Amino acid sequence: MELLGNIGLGLGVALTLVNLVYCFVGVLVGTLVGVLPGLGPLATMAMLLPLTFNLSPVTALIMLAGIYYGAQYGGSTTAILVNLPGESSSVVTCLDGYQMARQGRAGPALAVAALGSFFAGTFATLVIAAFAPPLAEVALNFGPAAYFSLMVLGLVSAVVLAAGSLLKAFCMILLGILLGLIGTDVNSGMARFTFNISALSDGIGFVIVAMGVFGFTEVILNLELKEKREILTKKVKNLWLTKSEFKAAAPAVVRGTLLGCMLGILPGGGALLSSFAAYSLEKKISKNRAQFGKGAIEGVAAPEAANNAGAQTSFIPLLTLGIPSNPVMALMIGAMMIHNIQPGPQIVINQPQLFWGMIASMWIGNLMLVIFNLPLIGMWVRLLSVPYRLLFPSILLFCGIGIYSLSSNTFDIYIAALFGLLGYIFVKLECEPAPLMLGFILGPMLEEYLRRAMLLSRGDPTIFLTNSISAGMLIASAILLVIVIVPTGRKKREDVFTE
Amino acid sequence: MIRFRSLRDFFAGLMFVAFGGAAVWLAQAYPFGNAGRMGPAYFPTLVGSLLIILGAFVVVRGLAVHGQKPGSFHFRPLILVLAGIVLFGFTLERLGLMIAIFTLVVFSSLGGSEFRYRGVLFLAAVLALGSFLVFIYGLGLQIPAWPFSY
Repeated sequence: MELLGNIGLGLGVALTLVNLVYCFVGVLVGTLVGVLPGLGPLATMAMLLPLTFNLSPVTALIMLAGIYYGAQYGGSTTAILVNLPGESSSVVTCLDGYQMARQGRAGPALAVAALGSFFAGTFATLVIAAFAPPLAEVALNFGPAAYFSLMVLGLVSAVVLAAGSLLKAFCMILLGILLGLIGTDVNSGMARFTFNISALSDGIGFVIVAMGVFGFTEVILNLELKEKREILTKKVKNLWLTKSEFKAAAPAVVRGTLLGCMLGILPGGGALLSSFAAYSLEKKISKNRAQFGKGAIEGVAAPEAANNAGAQTSFIPLLTLGIPSNPVMALMIGAMMIHNIQPGPQIVINQPQLFWGMIASMWIGNLMLVIFNLPLIGMWVRLLSVPYRLLFPSILLFCGIGIYSLSSNTFDIYIAALFGLLGYIFVKLECEPAPLMLGFILGPMLEEYLRRAMLLSRGDPTIFLTNSISAGMLIASAILLVIVIVPTGRKKREDVFTE
Repeated sequence: MIRFRSLRDFFAGLMFVAFGGAAVWLAQAYPFGNAGRMGPAYFPTLVGSLLIILGAFVVVRGLAVHGQKPGSFHFRPLILVLAGIVLFGFTLERLGLMIAIFTLVVFSSLGGSEFRYRGVLFLAAVLALGSFLVFIYGLGLQIPAWPFSY
């Protein structure tokens, strides 16, 4: 069995002391930011990026990945105990989780969230191990036309699968692409949109934009809200599930896991979409339908399993195609590039210890989370009582230091502040920043592949339709668009996000 | 007089048209090339034009379809937080990290809903000490810590 050998290789990498320690640090920090509302994994990963400069690439990626899936665990704790989503992917967990906590069933709710996440994490790890290598083999045969169309498909589905206005989301993608083009054009060596500012000649770093739009903007928006947190401080005891609870939760966990695995792979998918979809699916098919919103354990089990599964399988397009399916994955690409790793199908083939080490560490990280999290819940709850007035200046500072450490240039800090302002305007005008980030990271790649494909075809645009892989991707994008534009499809899409 | 149905969409659309227009206009300074050999202007012109068209649709929708007003701006946190960040960048290389941290913490805290003098200074002191130990001493990042050390 080649798979077993590969997993063995991965465990060998992941179980070294250094990697275990950083995996632990990653999941711990991830849980922390998951617990704290108003601080997302993206900003955290960006802040901690400088800490990884001195690490080996595999250790750095293990830690960053740990932050992402750790945050999915932590987010549920806040959702259940405080009725605030610690993470956006835990929004639906609030609905039934908080109700369970009010009925004195916080223990089982937390337990089912943790165990469901662990099951989902384990299964998703296996899915990655089984599907990523063959997918990478396929991807090796992709020409520039196919890659271009693949990215188009990715961007289209990212828009279709996200909440909010389609039209504005497309505009945000285009705007992101344009912002991504700032800097020196690789083909002609000509500086574009730089306004003769030398600091812009290498373009604007992804991390800088992310810190502005997701870090600074978030802080400003949080300051507009009055703080009110009602924490259920009653001792969380009796973490065990009753037999009937287990019976109700187990199939929901399995369904949530499968759904999450599928939606995570899709470009634009990931934890957020998975949790919403799992909740609405469960609400439709559960025997216990009437209990939803009043403390149904299935309503906690399914989305929690789904968000963890989705968070993990969203690594598949990243590791096999080099295409990020959401902004967090785009940041992983940034981290890889800092360590001189070119994301794409070559990773699986040329750097098996990196690929398999990361996968094995995901499972180990999930194990750590389930072992440490339940006993540590008391500590996480106490952490929630740290007032935001102490927290937000610290967040700003870490963002600032993180930005400066990238290239020791204070100009980057000003750019990030500008994006903080832009992000604030975007939110006020109800324009989602996530598509902007995807466009930003994919923009230069899109241009590059478009140029290469058109060069090969001597300027004939029909190459995108005569190349069968490319045509397939474009047709899939068109179908997706048609589905959401026709009235019934549009209504379905809105239903999923209106819980 | 034009009646806006959704000011939010109207402004969002204008913003997109402006960005797209700026991109197309600026791109005209670069060689355009042709479809087989695209110059640096080709792709930005394409994307910018598309953005203008879609942005115009958003504007039209803002005029035609009922919707919401833009969310209200709260200028106090917006300005003070951004000012804190900009001043952090401004002081960092001139006066060093320690002073920059105090500037950032004080300014951004003024943007918060409550400002406790002692608490803020204490927080700044803790962050300054912690940052010095972790980032400069521990990780050895090249950040000037004290005034004029750069």
